[in-house]
Formats: sequence, structure tokens, C-alpha cells
Amino acid sequence: MWDYSDKVKDHFKNPRNVGSIENADAIGQAGALSCGDKLKLYLKIDNNIITDAKFQTFGCGSAVAASSILTEMIIGKSLDEAKKITNKQIADALDGLPPEKMHCSVMGREALEDALKNYFSEEDYYSELEEEKKEGSPIICHCFSISEKEIIDAVNNGAKTFDDVSKITSAGLACGRCKDAILNIIKQNLKEDKKEFDSLSPIQKIIKINNVIENTIAPELALDRGGIELVDVDGNNVYVKLQGQCSSCVNAKRTLKNFVEFKLRELVDNSLNVFEK
Amino acid sequence: MNKVYLDSNATTCVDPLVLEKMLPYFKENYANPSSMYDSARICANAIEEARKQVASLLGVKNEKQIIFTSCATESANCIIKGAVEKYSTSDKNHIITTKVEHPCVLSTYEFLERKGYKADYISVDENGNLDIDSLLSKITPQTILISVMHANNETGAIYPVYDIAREAKKINKDVKFFVDGVQAAGKFDICLDDTDIDFYSISGHKFHAPKGVGAMYVKKGNLFEPLLHGGHQENSLRAGTMNTPYIVAIGEAARLAKENLSFELSEVKRLRDKLENGILSQLPNAKLNSKAAQRVVNTTNIGFEYIEGELILLYLNDAGIYASSGSACTSGSLDPSHVLRAQNTPFTSLHGSIRFSLSRFTKEEEIDYAIENVVKVIKKLAEISPFQKELANLGL
Repeated sequence: MWDYSDKVKDHFKNPRNVGSIENADAIGQAGALSCGDKLKLYLKIDNNIITDAKFQTFGCGSAVAASSILTEMIIGKSLDEAKKITNKQIADALDGLPPEKMHCSVMGREALEDALKNYFSEEDYYSELEEEKKEGSPIICHCFSISEKEIIDAVNNGAKTFDDVSKITSAGLACGRCKDAILNIIKQNLKEDKKEFDSLSPIQKIIKINNVIENTIAPELALDRGGIELVDVDGNNVYVKLQGQCSSCVNAKRTLKNFVEFKLRELVDNSLNVFEK
Repeated sequence: MNKVYLDSNATTCVDPLVLEKMLPYFKENYANPSSMYDSARICANAIEEARKQVASLLGVKNEKQIIFTSCATESANCIIKGAVEKYSTSDKNHIITTKVEHPCVLSTYEFLERKGYKADYISVDENGNLDIDSLLSKITPQTILISVMHANNETGAIYPVYDIAREAKKINKDVKFFVDGVQAAGKFDICLDDTDIDFYSISGHKFHAPKGVGAMYVKKGNLFEPLLHGGHQENSLRAGTMNTPYIVAIGEAARLAKENLSFELSEVKRLRDKLENGILSQLPNAKLNSKAAQRVVNTTNIGFEYIEGELILLYLNDAGIYASSGSACTSGSLDPSHVLRAQNTPFTSLHGSIRFSLSRFTKEEEIDYAIENVVKVIKKLAEISPFQKELANLGL
């Protein structure tokens, strides 16, 4: 049983502002049925003020609580104020969420962001948006509010991989959407000399990539009764074939991007893109 | 209504008769059963009595084939690792199981794969029935061990393990056959004598003994390398001072389970069917996930489309109804149930799947209360769902 705060319990038991708004001025969505959570947010906007907000959520207790409190937080706020709401503020307003559930607050923020982007044009939305910062350093992991500086500190303290950084800072442990950004920071700050991938011959590239696939990626997939084979390498594009359990898995696309591509970027070169052939 | 416990496949209450039977072995009869004095003899005799009771529940005449352990996870680890250790040779390195086993089997298989063994995992169809032809086709002269659960903990599907074992041995007479019988013990008649099953494991707390005691059946002539090395207890197959009160408890619980078997098959089944029909008939978004040809009589697994399982459990908890979910959000890993995924349960209902499991202690008024409140909760939660159009199409 999760250790939910009384406020979380109150909000999922008695969710505020449930429903839809007819002729809403902005609608935002986040999540998907297949992932087990989806949030739809409806806004009524008058003179740059959010006059009403309603939500519909498919998700766990904390997802409903985060949606509910978000509507309370934004009603009466100006759009500029709403833009600045962070997922941490949503979680704090609920007196905290269990670490595994922080992504629920991120989903709330994403739905709000989506609604505002639909209201403005995307460019306008970003032009006035201030980057979220912690002690002057931009936030990279929004679930745990971990800044770029903290990740660099971790790298300077010996973290070499994404897993190392996660262990030290907790960054990337909930929704994992900041993986790419963290990898970039590691790459830029790692002192070791890495031979430039681009200068390698095609055969050298294939050998290097195949070594990682055979020694690191395939054994991991085998644990889920799947397999992988390198088909081709074209420039920075890697073509692979998923086998066994992986080939029929509904999560195959996720495996490809979040695991195969992630590992190859981490261990070979950050410019690599992985496709299924 | 105070509370309605419908999670008996997770664990059960200790039967008051069982508790009473074990108490003297905490108080006056605390001797080490291996010692050489009268009070130790009393304990040793009580353990042998319990061994006969467990043997009887499993349809085993020679009780020497029953070994006591601390839990079914230990039993499964002992048997799988021990059999592989004993029977593998340089060219025999293949093991088979199903995709829907309990983690105590699946994780042990994955561990052995990391050690270099080759493993095959057999699928189930959308109703949860095992692909037996596929299983048999995987058997080779290199196959050491096949593990198939007797009944599935999530869906209640019963697998024809006697037939599978017999057919498997026709293909490779040396292959060892292990059955995880945790969800079968006490729920239907089991008869291991004269079958081709070599190993069988059960857990006391699933049939009203306390947590912390299990047993395994090791067919005469079969050996395995023990997991725990130490004294000569339990035929040297499971070292460690015997846990007299808990062994007495699993014995008494086995006796009571056998005695109540016909009640289980009639009355518990009647209440389960009432619960299942009550929910399915009133909620158009409710879909039965347990559609196997044969299933245990105490379990039903229902998927509620477009509503998330953890939220359902939280609302049921508030109404005093305790059940469990295959939803991603209720497990630490945030992954939905591997059993429901293996049978390709659609995403619309996968995340809203709830398992209700009864016991012989479940009362009719509890089932009536549960039906009424499940219907109320689902209707209320449907109002929060963003899939209003889909739910309206279903008629909710």
C-alpha cells in the first residue's frame, strides 16, 4: 500500500472540478491508455485569466489527486502565472507524493502545458516562459527537481553512466523522460577521452556497435525472453531486428528507443539513432 | 459491514482451530524434535502426524515424500535449483516453464538463464489456457526440468498437469516434472500418487495456516541438491531445526482443508459465481479475465474497462472491501500483470483488472455487500474517466 498523504487521499476520494467544459477555450491532454494513465484538462479563459478548469483522469489515486489539486491551483490565475506552475508545486500542494508516483504530478503539468500551447501558438508559449531553475541552474529532471549542476557534480564525483547519475541524484528514476538530457550532460562533462565515432571507418563502427549489442543489450533482452540482431549501420543510423518475445511485444517500440538506442548512445555515441528493420 | 476480505489468493486468515493446535508447541512442547528425551519425542510425533496430514491432502500414501520448508518460494527454489544442479550434465542444459508462473519460478528460471541454462517459456491463449502442444514440442533429450503451475494465482486457470507430465515423459523419460501447487492445495482434489509428477510445492498461509511454513512433495527415487546444507533433518533435503508449531499448523490446516473440500467446491463456488454474475450483469464495462476451460472455484478476475485498478482498490478499501489488482500502479515496478499480458488482455481493461478471491470463511452477506459496492464504485469512477464516449457506447 502506498503511503499517501491525507491531502492526496482527500483529493482522490473527493476530487474537485471533475468533468468537461462545453466550448472550452483550451483543452490539454497527457498520458495514454496503454500506459495506464491519461489526463484531459479543460480550461475556460477570460481576459487572460483562467476562470474555470475541469478534468477527467484515467489513472491511479495520485493521478486523480494531482489533477484535482491542479484545477484548484489554476482557477483564478492569470495565464502567465499558470505557465510557471511546476510539477513540484503540484506535488507540494498535495503534501508530497511517493517517489514512484512523482510522474503523476508531471502528467498534471504536461496537460496544463498542452492546454496552454493549444491556446497560444507553441512559439508564443515558449517565448515568455522562463526556464525552471534551482539555485541558478536549470532543472533537468522535473520529477525530482534535479538541476544540471547537481548532475554535473555527480559526473565530477565519478558517475559515468545514466544509472550512476540516477543512483547518486535520483534523477530519471520516475518517468525517465530526462534520460537524453542527462546523457548529454554526462558526455559533455566526462573527462575521459572518447575516440570520435564519426572518424571511424564503417567496419569499425559496425564492430563497435555490434560489440555493445552482443555483450550488453542482447543479454538484457534475453532476460525478457527476447533477442536482437544488428542488420545494418548507415552513418549514424543503426538498423536492428528484434527477435523472440521482443518481436511481438507491445512495448517493442519503447524497448527500441528507451533501451537499445539509449544504451548505444551511452556506450558508443550520442548521435546514434536506432530503427527496426 | 466491518470488512470484506476477498484476497484469499494473497493470503488467508489463520483458522482458529489451527492456532489452537499450534500454541502448545510455543509453550510446554518447545523441545528440539531431534533431541533424545520425551518432550522431544512429543514434538517429533506431532511433526510426523502433520506430515501424514499434508500427504493426505496431496493424495500421497507414503508421507516420507513430504518435506517441510519455510514457504513455497523456498520450495520452488530448492526444487528448481536443486534438480538442475543434480541432473544437468555438460550437454543437458535445457529447462521449460510457462509465461504465467509465479515470480518464485520465473525469477529462478531467469537466474538459471544467467548461469547459462537455456529456457523456454510457454504461452497461454486469450482465455488463459496453456499451449500444451507447444510445450511438448520444446522437449528435447537435453531437457532437464519442466515446471508448470497447477492453478494460476491471478486468473485461477487450472492446467492439466497430470496429462502434461505423462505426455512429457513419453517424449523424454528422464525429464523431471515440477508443479507449483500453491493455488491448488485446498481448492480441489489433488492426487499425486501414480502420476508422473516428480516435485510439488505448497504454501501453508494460502489455506489457513500462518505465514512462514510450506511443504514440498519429492517423489521417491527423485533427488536434488539441497539449497540449505546442514543437519540431517528432513531426509537431509532441508537442513535446519524443524519448526514444530508451524509444521503442526500446516498439518492441521491440511486436515481441515481436506475436510472442507466439498464445501469449497459447492458453497465457495456458489458465492464466487454470485459475485461474478452480480458484477458482470450490472456493469457493461466489466469483462471476465478468467475464462480458462477449468478454473479454481474461489477466484474471479474482472477487468473494468477505462477505469484504473489502483483507484478501484482505493475506493473499495474505503468501503471495507479488500481485493487486489493486476494494474501497473499497485506494484512497485509500475508494470502491469505478466499473467494478463501473457493472455493478451486488451489495454482497455488490463489496467483496470481486479482479482477477487474467496475462502471458506467468506459469508453470503459479504458477497451481497461487495456486489452492491463494486457496482457503486465503478459507476462513480466512470464519471472521472476521460473515456466518456467509449463508456457511453458500452452503456455505462
